[in-house]
Amino acid sequence: MSEGTLYEKVWDRHAVTELPTGQSQLFVGLHLVHEVTSPQAFGMLEERGLDVAYPERTHATVDHIVPTADQSRPYSDDAAEEMMAELEANVGEADIDFDDPTTGRQGIVHVVGPERGLTQPGMTIVCGDSHTATHGAFGALAFGIGTSQIRDVLATGCVAMEKQQVRRIEVTGELGDGVTPKDVILTVIRKLGTDGGVGYVYEYGGEAVEAMDMAGRMSICNMSIEGGARAGYVNPDETTFEYLRGRDDVPEGETFEELREYWASVASEPDAEYDDVVTIDGDDLEPTVTWGTTPGQSVGVSEPIPAPGDLPADKRDTARSAQAHMDVEPGDTMAGYPVDVAFLGSCTNARLPDLREAAAVVRGREVHDDVRAMVVPGSQRVKAAAEAEGLDDVFTEAGFDWRNAGCSMCLGMNEDQLVGDERCASSSNRNFVGRQGSKEGRTVLMSPPMVAAAAVEGEVTDVRELEPVPEVRA
Amino acid sequence: MSPNADGSDGGPADTVRQVTGTGVPVRGNDVDTDEIIPARFLKVVTFDGLGQFAFFDERFGDDDQPLEHPFNDDRFQGASVLAVNANFGCGSSREHAPQALMRWGIDAVVGESFAEIFAGNCLALGIPTVTAAREDVEALQAFIDEHPDAEIEVDVAAEEVRYGDTTIDASVDDAQRRALVDGVWDTTALMGANADSVDATAASLPYTDD
Repeated sequence: MSEGTLYEKVWDRHAVTELPTGQSQLFVGLHLVHEVTSPQAFGMLEERGLDVAYPERTHATVDHIVPTADQSRPYSDDAAEEMMAELEANVGEADIDFDDPTTGRQGIVHVVGPERGLTQPGMTIVCGDSHTATHGAFGALAFGIGTSQIRDVLATGCVAMEKQQVRRIEVTGELGDGVTPKDVILTVIRKLGTDGGVGYVYEYGGEAVEAMDMAGRMSICNMSIEGGARAGYVNPDETTFEYLRGRDDVPEGETFEELREYWASVASEPDAEYDDVVTIDGDDLEPTVTWGTTPGQSVGVSEPIPAPGDLPADKRDTARSAQAHMDVEPGDTMAGYPVDVAFLGSCTNARLPDLREAAAVVRGREVHDDVRAMVVPGSQRVKAAAEAEGLDDVFTEAGFDWRNAGCSMCLGMNEDQLVGDERCASSSNRNFVGRQGSKEGRTVLMSPPMVAAAAVEGEVTDVRELEPVPEVRA
Repeated sequence: MSPNADGSDGGPADTVRQVTGTGVPVRGNDVDTDEIIPARFLKVVTFDGLGQFAFFDERFGDDDQPLEHPFNDDRFQGASVLAVNANFGCGSSREHAPQALMRWGIDAVVGESFAEIFAGNCLALGIPTVTAAREDVEALQAFIDEHPDAEIEVDVAAEEVRYGDTTIDASVDDAQRRALVDGVWDTTALMGANADSVDATAASLPYTDD
């Protein structure tokens, strides 16, 4: 077992007692709630005659089903309206703080938490969503839970958990131009496998991670679950503290300084012991894209797509069916793969820095005639901030649709879906068959600048090789 | 009187020492939760009726005509033991996935490995997720294909799976085994009994104001 890690420290401070199963009862510092996985949990509570124990540590928003075009109520989709109404009733009755679309603070739950400063280092954070690991970017211990566990947290303020091992993922060196945190995490999953992280929590560190802003760290932690790890984190540092200073739910003055002391104290010790250490050379990475139907099936944009026969035996069948679904050939590169749709959004990559990086590529260029392209900001505040610096104009002038905040085409629970066998360049996190709303649809995961490049070229394109834009247009 | 894990009132949670029933094999590694239940079926406020949507996009074509799939196969109707391969249930945390399987009729899953959140969600429903070696799982799947009416015994307490004349060594996560065998998987009741300790832990943390 690891020693002296952030994981150990935060775990120990939050462990209430051992349960008869041998699991620990872990105190939950922040419980984030959204409309899809919570209604049944509130229902279970009601059946048992239990109340929400700690509404003050519970926060809700709406993201999965919210329309990103016309948001007037009632929503045109009856099922979406019912879910929204149910959430409103549940949080109203329990007196839970709710960032609904009228507050100007609504958005994807994993964007809203950090943005408000609800997410802080040294906390335990849970949410009925597998991408909760996102919050680990702040040095929190954050993981996704199922609906029965949501019931547990609502009723008791705790979850039952078993302790896991810690794998340090050291990313050395410096990322090159056009290479982003998304490329780092896609590479991690490719190397360690979609189930390589089962039983582990991932600690991401090393020069390349330390150099990242909070948005980048969130992109990496976000996709821990795609590598099988239920949680991932980055040790908190000055970048973390400065991000938090002045946010809505972060105290000021002396209390801030006291908290900061606690935050700094939870970071892994320099001599911490890990159950496993994996090193990735950040200097070597290039823009990375998926060729298949699991996030582990990726290649550098200039690399050949592997032949199934060259893969480990247990990966071959999945690779064959994935290549048939995607209509790709071993030996080809993904560069040149035609795309019909470009989706810039999701809890992985829809924060302001993501939009800026994509806008920098789009500026002065136009979306390809055969591509429908959309930007779905991660939150209403991301949207407003982007508009304040004119990014909306950059995108709309190029031919992108500029939408309202939500999960949108990442998982096709609202109107934003692939149609038929459309091919989508997507900044989201899952390329599973059917994920984007059409079972014939094809998803290629990539970074925001790579989505922008694919949108303007109409095919997967190495963003580093785009022809320069003539200065006059800007 | 403590409530059952399914939310119904009445006696202590049942024990799940063993599940016996006919099998159904679903093959493939990395079967994800979007396959087990596509996201559009998550637009519900209860879990009722989700069984019909299990593996929906693989079971039904564009005009909802049935496709070839074990869950559509007459031979496997009524099965309660699902035999799967590696990393089953990867992807999202949606409890709708095990709920759909359970409501279709599944009471136990045997596989090479499981995604963690999925396994945890199964435990919350009292569904064991039992692991075994790849060859053993593949042999079990082949046996089920040939003997769809044969009973499979998933022995959680003894960590064995038995069928025909064969007994395979299986593993059940330690906490899961204790929870199911001793009937202590109602975590809401277990943890609710420790409210005072929870308050003490909260008071010891620098970031809670209460």
